[in-house]
Amino acid sequence: MNGGAMTEIWVYLSAQPLLWLTLTLAVYLLAIALHRRAGGHPAVNPVLISVSVLVTLLLLTGTPYQRYFDGAQFVHFLLGPTTVALAIPLHGQLKRLLGMAGPLVIALVIGSLTAGLSAYAIGALLGASAPTVASLAPKSVTTPIAMGIAERLGGLASLTAVFVILTGIFGAIFADGLLKRVGVKDEASVGFALGLASHGIGTARAFQLGEQTGAFAALAMGLNGLFTALTLPWLLPLLAAALK
Amino acid sequence: MIKAIALLLAFQLAGEALRVALHLPVPGPVIGMALLLAWLVLQGGPDDALRSTSGTLLQNLSLMFVPAGTGVMLHAGRLSDEAWPIAVALVASTLLGLLATGLTLHVLTRHRSGSPQ
Repeated sequence: MNGGAMTEIWVYLSAQPLLWLTLTLAVYLLAIALHRRAGGHPAVNPVLISVSVLVTLLLLTGTPYQRYFDGAQFVHFLLGPTTVALAIPLHGQLKRLLGMAGPLVIALVIGSLTAGLSAYAIGALLGASAPTVASLAPKSVTTPIAMGIAERLGGLASLTAVFVILTGIFGAIFADGLLKRVGVKDEASVGFALGLASHGIGTARAFQLGEQTGAFAALAMGLNGLFTALTLPWLLPLLAAALK
Repeated sequence: MIKAIALLLAFQLAGEALRVALHLPVPGPVIGMALLLAWLVLQGGPDDALRSTSGTLLQNLSLMFVPAGTGVMLHAGRLSDEAWPIAVALVASTLLGLLATGLTLHVLTRHRSGSPQ
């Protein structure tokens, strides 16, 4: 095939949603295969690998993100029904969850305040700009909630989405190793910490560790979203005043 | 499978409707998750179709974050300008959040997990 025909095919296909949808799935399958080959090692994180490969492809081909998203939005859409589907493992563990409702609520309050306020305080003390710090504070919460909170605090919604994803990947890679080091190995504590600090990506990692761990992560993700949305918007101004 | 997908979407839709109607601070799918959980309690559990469809979706939860994650390329400028404070704040606060949550729950439930072996 000559170069002209190749260019013509590329120009046509690169403008179609089909190309980037197919590539998103293909790159993800590759990432999953690598993850399996590495024996499920957390550092070989499927989201991190997929995003790195796709960003490289987009930059090399000069494709704008918006055109990529025209295709990838079909995958993005599945996030909604999949979040609803978290109710099934939650239902499976309901008795156990209700049996430890008290400790779960205490862990929620302590963990949520630690994650949110420390992000804000550290960012502010190191001299990050105001919109960056406001976008950092809700980073442990699932993307749509985090974006809503950041906007109310004067942050940037799309920047928040990036922090949320980076937090999720980082937490998914380091959570179980870190917790094991301090003697925390039970499914409930590891799962709840993963879901609280690293939302859906942490929950995906928790499901790789086991169904029970996943159920606790799903619960923590939902509860932390609710708790952060209700508390952070009025707690942050108090912290901001204290830091000045 | 279609029935299970329709059910999940219907609960998501109900969640979105409730969110808008009551001005709730939580996204529609999270409300839909709570509604489906309540429905499952009333029903006594999911049927086989819902269980297997949900299992397939949840096994690939990582995939659903890839399109939004790729948006990182839009913020390369700010990320490199403020790389240092952003990296330290993200890493430290995530580790602190993990430790605070995991240790609190572990210490509060330690006496229970030891009993039934």
